Amino acid sequence: MMHLQKSEVLLIVAALVLGLSSFISPDWLVFTSTLAIAAALVVMGVVMLMRAGLISFGQGLFYCMGGYAVGLGGRFLDVTDALALIGLGVLATVALAMVLGLLLTRYREIFFAMLTLAFSMILYGILVKSHGLGSTDGFGVVDWSILGYQPAQGHESSTALWLAIVLALAAALFLNRYFQSSLGLACEAIRENEVRVEYMGISRRQVLYINYVIAAALGSIGGSLTALTAGHVDPTMAYWTISGEFVFIALLGGTGHVAAPFIAAFIFILVRTYAVELFPNSWQLILGVVLLLIILFLPKGIWSLFTRKRRAEA
Amino acid sequence: MLTIWAILIDGLIYASWLFLVAAGLTVIYGVMRILNMAHGSLYALGAYASASSIGWYYANGGDQLWIAFALLAGCAIVIGAIAGLIMERGVLRLMYGRDEVLMLIVTFALLLILEDLMKLAWGTTPYFAYQPYAALGRFNFGVLSVSGYQIMVIGVSVVVGAILWFWLERTRTGKILRSIIHDREVSEAMGVNVRRMFTMTFVIGAGLGAIAGGFTAPIISVVPGIGVEVIVVAFAVVVTGGLGSITGAAIGALIVGLARAASIHTMPQLELFIIYAVMASVLIFRPNGLFGQATARKI
Repeated sequence: MMHLQKSEVLLIVAALVLGLSSFISPDWLVFTSTLAIAAALVVMGVVMLMRAGLISFGQGLFYCMGGYAVGLGGRFLDVTDALALIGLGVLATVALAMVLGLLLTRYREIFFAMLTLAFSMILYGILVKSHGLGSTDGFGVVDWSILGYQPAQGHESSTALWLAIVLALAAALFLNRYFQSSLGLACEAIRENEVRVEYMGISRRQVLYINYVIAAALGSIGGSLTALTAGHVDPTMAYWTISGEFVFIALLGGTGHVAAPFIAAFIFILVRTYAVELFPNSWQLILGVVLLLIILFLPKGIWSLFTRKRRAEA
Repeated sequence: MLTIWAILIDGLIYASWLFLVAAGLTVIYGVMRILNMAHGSLYALGAYASASSIGWYYANGGDQLWIAFALLAGCAIVIGAIAGLIMERGVLRLMYGRDEVLMLIVTFALLLILEDLMKLAWGTTPYFAYQPYAALGRFNFGVLSVSGYQIMVIGVSVVVGAILWFWLERTRTGKILRSIIHDREVSEAMGVNVRRMFTMTFVIGAGLGAIAGGFTAPIISVVPGIGVEVIVVAFAVVVTGGLGSITGAAIGALIVGLARAASIHTMPQLELFIIYAVMASVLIFRPNGLFGQATARKI
């Protein structure tokens, strides 16, 4: 029998509280929470790579593929089950990531960052040119059901939230264990010094490859959830500034804990919702300044605030 | 046969533009090891500066072409250099010594800030500066018609490339810069003021980006977002040639430019794809680009 760790219990409790609160919270908050969880899933992938010292500026590629898998699956394959659509996205993404990973794991630092960026821009370019799929406007997603349950009118967003919570909880619990496994710890060792890792008999490319593929799958789930919630997909999902936002959220949260991406994503999405309304032309300005401040003063992200306090108490 | 000529001419025009855009990026990376994501914003800044100055000049009854060109280049360089100075002294200076990839995120933050500052300064309505483009007319090569302005851009690009080459290879400052590229710590030990050289390099690189924007402004409509589009293509060019190498940037620009022209004239739907396909195929065989140098591994 596997014992639950303290942080796992906390994750489960947090998920339940968030899910139950959806019955009383207003519709816009439910919608925003779902988007935040979806973004956090993508960010978890960015964080996985970041722990190994790699920064991906192209996670939008998988995010977009997940979104388009939902859109295309509903439109051309007549699939309406949300889980099947998400699964479709994950299959397609993992297949692509397994090919790209062979190439990308050879590169580090800015080369990795910019190559991932280039690949997501290729997808963007293809989607913009495909007029059958609405070009830059994208297209709508079909009404979906889940395991035969068709959410009643007005209940789609809370159903989507529950779906997002369950998937995110599963991902968070998995990653929590993964980060503590020997494979997960090897990632940090690779960031510190990859040559020494090789001397210890661990294949760094294999470790990075596995990381890359899992991160891709997470990105795809995040994209699918966004598509199911927003009911619409368009090529900007693959545009590199979207990937930049994921990197931003990852830095905001830090790599200290699996919960960090969720907290950071909630802050990001909430602030964005207000900032875009109040200052439509200076939202990116705020984002940029905050990013610089984080890098200067909180290099380990918001999560380091919690750990620092705990250490001071002890 | 006609298609081949068209590909060659269009490719050359596009390549010269690419080189102008990429030169500053590669100079900054070569010396400072910073891949400046905000380079596209400097390009956009130069484009706005030149478009609004030319617009102002012609609106006030100016009709001298040479003054228009002086304004175009002058305003772009000045605003680019000032922006570069502020960015380097105000932000980048505080971050030296951090990871290369962290610097990438820092310049990404600068990009976000600059994009909105430009929106606040110039609004979201497009700016046009078509007068210099129209004034230079068109030339006919057989059945092909090429605009004089674009031929001039080829000339500008060659001149900029030649000046850069002379500066790096034939002057004292250039020699010092090459010593920094080769080994930063040793040159510092030999008495080179590396920090001052960094400031100078960044200002020059930023000015180059702004010039590229300034000369592009008459061809396009200057709107928010042009800088964000350009950085990815510029990066592809620089990586194909080898980051940090001027010759590499020139060759990379030629390859990418010709490949894109070939794709436009034969398979237009692959246009964007072909740029990255060229980059990816070069990188598979030469991970550091055509003229890039491999760095030693840290043990």
